[in-house]
Amino acid sequence: MTLPRFSPESDPGPDFLGLLQRLERSPSWGAGSVDTNQITHGTTVVAIQTLEGVVMAGDRRATSGHLISHRTIEKVFPADQHSGVAIAGAAGPAMEMVRLFQLQIEHYEKVEGRPLSLNGKANQLSQMLRSNLPAALQGLGVVPIFAGFDEKLQKGRLFEFDITGGRYEEKDFAASGSGSLHASTVLKLRHTGKLSTSEGIDLSIEALFHAADGDSATGGPDPIRGIYPVVAVINSNGFTRIEDSELATRTDTLISEITGD
Amino acid sequence: MNMPMYVSPEQLMKDRADYARKGITRGRTAIVSVFSDGVLLCAENPSNTLRKIGEIYDRIGFIGVGKYNEFDQLRVAGVRHADLKGYSFSREDVDARWLANQYAQTLGQYFTHEMKPLEVEIAIAEIGEEPESDQIFHLLYDGTVMDTETFVVIGGETETVRARLEESWKPNQPLETVLNQAVNALAGPDRTLKADDLEVAVLGRGNGRRAFRRIENETLDEHLSEN
Repeated sequence: MTLPRFSPESDPGPDFLGLLQRLERSPSWGAGSVDTNQITHGTTVVAIQTLEGVVMAGDRRATSGHLISHRTIEKVFPADQHSGVAIAGAAGPAMEMVRLFQLQIEHYEKVEGRPLSLNGKANQLSQMLRSNLPAALQGLGVVPIFAGFDEKLQKGRLFEFDITGGRYEEKDFAASGSGSLHASTVLKLRHTGKLSTSEGIDLSIEALFHAADGDSATGGPDPIRGIYPVVAVINSNGFTRIEDSELATRTDTLISEITGD
Repeated sequence: MNMPMYVSPEQLMKDRADYARKGITRGRTAIVSVFSDGVLLCAENPSNTLRKIGEIYDRIGFIGVGKYNEFDQLRVAGVRHADLKGYSFSREDVDARWLANQYAQTLGQYFTHEMKPLEVEIAIAEIGEEPESDQIFHLLYDGTVMDTETFVVIGGETETVRARLEESWKPNQPLETVLNQAVNALAGPDRTLKADDLEVAVLGRGNGRRAFRRIENETLDEHLSEN
């Protein structure tokens, strides 16, 4: 490896994916169809708009067909200081996509000397999904949620996607993955449009709890092993992951509300 | 029959070196120095947009003097190279010594094989877990690499500025002290440099994964007035 040099016509600019392409090192997926029962899948993730920003959360289960392949997988990641990405779908390609997405944003910021806009970031993710379409059609679909604090508009924003790269901005909440139907019912009924961060965290835990109740591929909270969802708050101070101890307390409160103790 | 004109290799190299040096000394001076909690990068630069200092990777920073388009190309190549290596292997495998070698190769290549040498002088700095492992690499237009664990002065009136900084510089000083020493050394006895005339950044040990932070405007003013 020597320092990459390009002629002005072929210079990839601040585009890391373009750089990988020029050097013929783009990751590629899919050769023939894949038995999806043998591939690890991430399941339910949600994002909620709050007054101060957004809350993102994901359960911890990964499945391969009817098997639980991982109990403590993580599906919510910081994309950069003020945004996050949550993934559902084929875990391998999804994790790789997150890694490339994080790199792409950081690479742009370093080369250009200033960060990409939130719209620009959402657009980048959309393009990555579009280029993943052939693999998605063979059973390696990835369906992420992107959320962040827009420093220009001073508010949180949410984006849902589909496997073709379609990008849909949502107002109050977004959900993706096998348990998203159950989760979004809870979110729809409970979201007042004026949630504080703390209420947003509680709501995300409740939505995932009910998703786990109705969908076998979504993992519920597991106090015996100390496994709780990954919950992150994104506001003007940036991306902060909530500690497990706090999630344990909040889960206990939720359970006592349900049982009426 | 036409005979090609003979130029001795010594003369050829000397001409190239003189050419590059002339371009570099025309510019302004920059300083890279360690302080108790990281590395300071400080350049005299009246422009707010054409920058001499840049972030390369988590713990690595870049500073260049000379011809803007040439050192900026080197900066971007460094970012690309570091990001590629981090992507292929792991973030912790990217280090400044390796990057300095790559820069040296490229600079050397330009110096001996291309139409003209690059008219640049660059330094890259890396902070370690402990102050003792902080490192600064200084690269010349011909690919010469030097490493130091104290400070480096590049470009412009290198010797004069170095002599001024040597008078006051001590190891293990806090950021404010080193910054003011550096700015005074750059300014000399007859001038004062304000925040607008400077470009300043630090690689700080307490800054988390990405250690690079710019110090600008009011924050820089505060640091300077505490002198």
